[in-house]
Amino acid sequence: MAHETIHTDGTQDPMNVTNPEHAQRHIVTPLQYTYVFGTLLLFTGITIGVAYIDLKWANPVIALGIACFQATIGILFFMHVAYQSRLIKITIGVGFFLFLVLVTMTMGDYVSRAWGMW
Amino acid sequence: MSAAIGNTIVSLPDQSTAQIPRHNYINNEHGLLSWLLTSDHKRIAILYLISITFFFFIGGAFAGLIRLELLTPQPDLVSSDTYNKFFTMHGIIMIFLFLVPSVPATLGNFLIPIMLGAKDLAFPKINLLSWYLYMIGGTLTLTALVLGGVDTGWTFTTPLSTHYLNTHVITAATAIFVAGFSSIFTGLNFIVTIHRMRCPGMTWFRMPLFVWAHYAASLLMVLGTPVLAIALTLVALERLFGIGVFDPTKGGDPLLFQHLFWFYSHPAVYIMILPGMGVISEVISTFSRKRIFGYTAVAFSSVAIALFGFFVWEHHMFIMGVSSYSALVFSLLTMLVAVPSAIKIFNWTFTLQKGSITFETPMLYAFGFMGLFTIGGLTGIFLGSLGMDIHLTETYFIVAHFHFVMVGGMLMAFLAGIHFWWPKMTGRMYPESLSKLAAVTTFIGFNLTFLPQFILGYLGMPRRYHAYPPEFQVLNVLSTAGATVLGFGYMLPMLYLAWSLKYGAIAGNNPWQATGLEWQIQSPPLMENFIETPVMDHEAYDYEWLANKTRNEVTTVG
Amino acid sequence: MDNALASTGLTTQPAPDPHPHETAVHAEHEHVALPQHRHHFETEEQQREAGSFGMWLFLVTEIMFFGGMFFAYLLYRNWYYPAFAAASSQLSVPLGGTNTAILITSGFCMALGVWAAEVRRRKMLVVTLILTTLFGLAFLGIKYDEYHEKYELHHIPGNNFNVSQFVNPAAYGIKEEPLAPDMAQKTQIFFFLYFAMTGMHAVHLIIGIGLLFWLTWRAHRGDFSSGYVAPIENFGLYWHFIDIVWLFLFPLLYLINRHPLH
Repeated sequence: MAHETIHTDGTQDPMNVTNPEHAQRHIVTPLQYTYVFGTLLLFTGITIGVAYIDLKWANPVIALGIACFQATIGILFFMHVAYQSRLIKITIGVGFFLFLVLVTMTMGDYVSRAWGMW
Repeated sequence: MSAAIGNTIVSLPDQSTAQIPRHNYINNEHGLLSWLLTSDHKRIAILYLISITFFFFIGGAFAGLIRLELLTPQPDLVSSDTYNKFFTMHGIIMIFLFLVPSVPATLGNFLIPIMLGAKDLAFPKINLLSWYLYMIGGTLTLTALVLGGVDTGWTFTTPLSTHYLNTHVITAATAIFVAGFSSIFTGLNFIVTIHRMRCPGMTWFRMPLFVWAHYAASLLMVLGTPVLAIALTLVALERLFGIGVFDPTKGGDPLLFQHLFWFYSHPAVYIMILPGMGVISEVISTFSRKRIFGYTAVAFSSVAIALFGFFVWEHHMFIMGVSSYSALVFSLLTMLVAVPSAIKIFNWTFTLQKGSITFETPMLYAFGFMGLFTIGGLTGIFLGSLGMDIHLTETYFIVAHFHFVMVGGMLMAFLAGIHFWWPKMTGRMYPESLSKLAAVTTFIGFNLTFLPQFILGYLGMPRRYHAYPPEFQVLNVLSTAGATVLGFGYMLPMLYLAWSLKYGAIAGNNPWQATGLEWQIQSPPLMENFIETPVMDHEAYDYEWLANKTRNEVTTVG
Repeated sequence: MDNALASTGLTTQPAPDPHPHETAVHAEHEHVALPQHRHHFETEEQQREAGSFGMWLFLVTEIMFFGGMFFAYLLYRNWYYPAFAAASSQLSVPLGGTNTAILITSGFCMALGVWAAEVRRRKMLVVTLILTTLFGLAFLGIKYDEYHEKYELHHIPGNNFNVSQFVNPAAYGIKEEPLAPDMAQKTQIFFFLYFAMTGMHAVHLIIGIGLLFWLTWRAHRGDFSSGYVAPIENFGLYWHFIDIVWLFLFPLLYLINRHPLH
């Protein structure tokens, strides 16, 4: 391709298409990765340990809570989302939102049935 | 170039000297492989066009067989199992292999990069993969057909499809699974292209409404289709291993399948109709010489349809055993989802008001769309209301409702789009009088086929039955007669469009004198679309800009 | 008739600014196009961003795909809790926990691989990719072991499914409450979901390992150590996603009810 470069400082790309939000090419360091790695392992251990204690309704809540926390730090750091554009963040949000719609609205049907399963 | 005499805006170059441009995307490479291994979005669009037309006629043949059987009240043409296969294959082929890819994969693929000022879609190879996945899905469907067919209905309702039938359910389910991925990749490509590949100056609100419509449909494709995939996978696993996920005797719930199936299949109807609505926006604007009334409202309503479309799926299950409370909620939401569609109809109508209207073929189809889609949409409201639905569901009322929106609506929009952009894609004009005849024939045939079906349904004739009480015969005969006329109406474009490839008038850049980047380049376009990246410096549907440009344009040499 | 663009009112882009940029944003801005630059993109940035966005959209489809099975799990766990709890206790926490740790470690290695590509360390990239592959294979090995055990115990749903362990656990030396026969039959649904969900997960993992072989070979050739990191980055996204799905599968399948006293 020709050597005319398209510059992304906004003067020749007022619509910000080629480098939206001037996303920095942030490089996550191995040290940060190690912290996340350790945290993930730690919380896996916690989730196993807590499973052996009878906390009644809190057991699944804690287990899912820990899983969500692990997923969040995995997404933010291993998958770099903390340093990505808003578009990517919104995309992920939309995905989870829709999953929740599927679950809650379908559950709404099952929970309100008169079958006696609940 | 002054407008031709007679009430038309068509403006063609001088036919005695006009030629197809020497370099274009069709002749820049030769040979079958250059088409089968292309990464040019325009060539892929043409590949799709040929394939979906092929499947359309197969699906249409099944429709003909259905209507033939229904000429008489007795089940005298074929056995009930065979009849079940007719409507199943008709549904599967028409929905998954024709309607879902119709506008997006042909017109969308062709036009979206050009409308945005880009050289191609974001992922051209994935675009080609989409087409191959579509062909594999289509081949698997034909395989299921040849092996003996499927008779579950296109909805694969459990436990019929998992426990009570011995037909080729898994083959058909696999076919749809693969075709679904074709759809997902197309949608993914469009979303990334629209977000990240607009040319300088092309803000979101300067994009043609065709692009907005495809953006909304693409969101549905990407987010909804995977749920269909898992629903079909579970059906296949249930059939193969008898695990009990949908089997009441083992503790499963057949309705679980329906929840997952309709979670996709309701948004699917919006996947089908939204691109058609995008076409109608373009056509109505061009043939009224007026910018679309309420651009922002139409743009947002596309996205609103996509969003609300995810919240209403249970209205397909009202009589299936869902709880009354959730049925209530979904019924209310169904009423709401009609609002954005209505907004579009109002805005198109207001575009027509005080516009300079001409009645070329695309506009005829657009008028047909507006009337028939409105009827179809309003009957949808009847069905969304719980009390009415109990009587009307699973009758011919539903059949008429969805054919009005899908055939009277979407198929007319597809034909409008094909005629509108035919000159751009091929460089040739189609013969106007024949095409008008076809449009009118289609409209008459359609109404004759499907209006009686509203009455039949209201009177209680169930759908998917191949026998009926004798008192319904007159209406059924009307319907079959209409289907014959309709079939003839659909054959005509095949013939004259093929004819036009060799003998049609040379179209030139902008035969419709339309706005939009695609009309500012040659017909057919160059492979890379634009010589230089365009800069968009005016609003969409800016007829003053067009008039200004035309006035200052140099079109002759010397 | 040639392209009439030049005669239209549309303007072309202004001449490029020849001066180099000092601002931090453009520190990595390449003036020479990478060989992998695709012609329909204007800049590397655009290509990379588009690729990343495309991969995320694909992962969102995966969320919805697995989501259907997660919903089925949610429903049946609520309907048949005793059966699910009893069946879940049949799974091995040491094996499952080890697998979780293995997968997290593979994710860590993959992340380091992405870093290595970004700082252009070819050998480190190759090593981390190989490690990721090895951990992935280890996961599959343990999974196979678990599946085999289920096969031996007749816990694979279908014609050979056997509920005697649930109806009469004492006879097998299992410290659990016995289940009524009809509730015991519902354990088949648990095991179906177990095999379907972990099986689907494993299929994705196998595809990932296949891709890893290809990427490792290309990394060894030096394809990813001269600034072209998109394939490694985007594959990393896919790999981490598989990891995160497992982080949900593990507690939901293995840890339903591990209390010593029910």
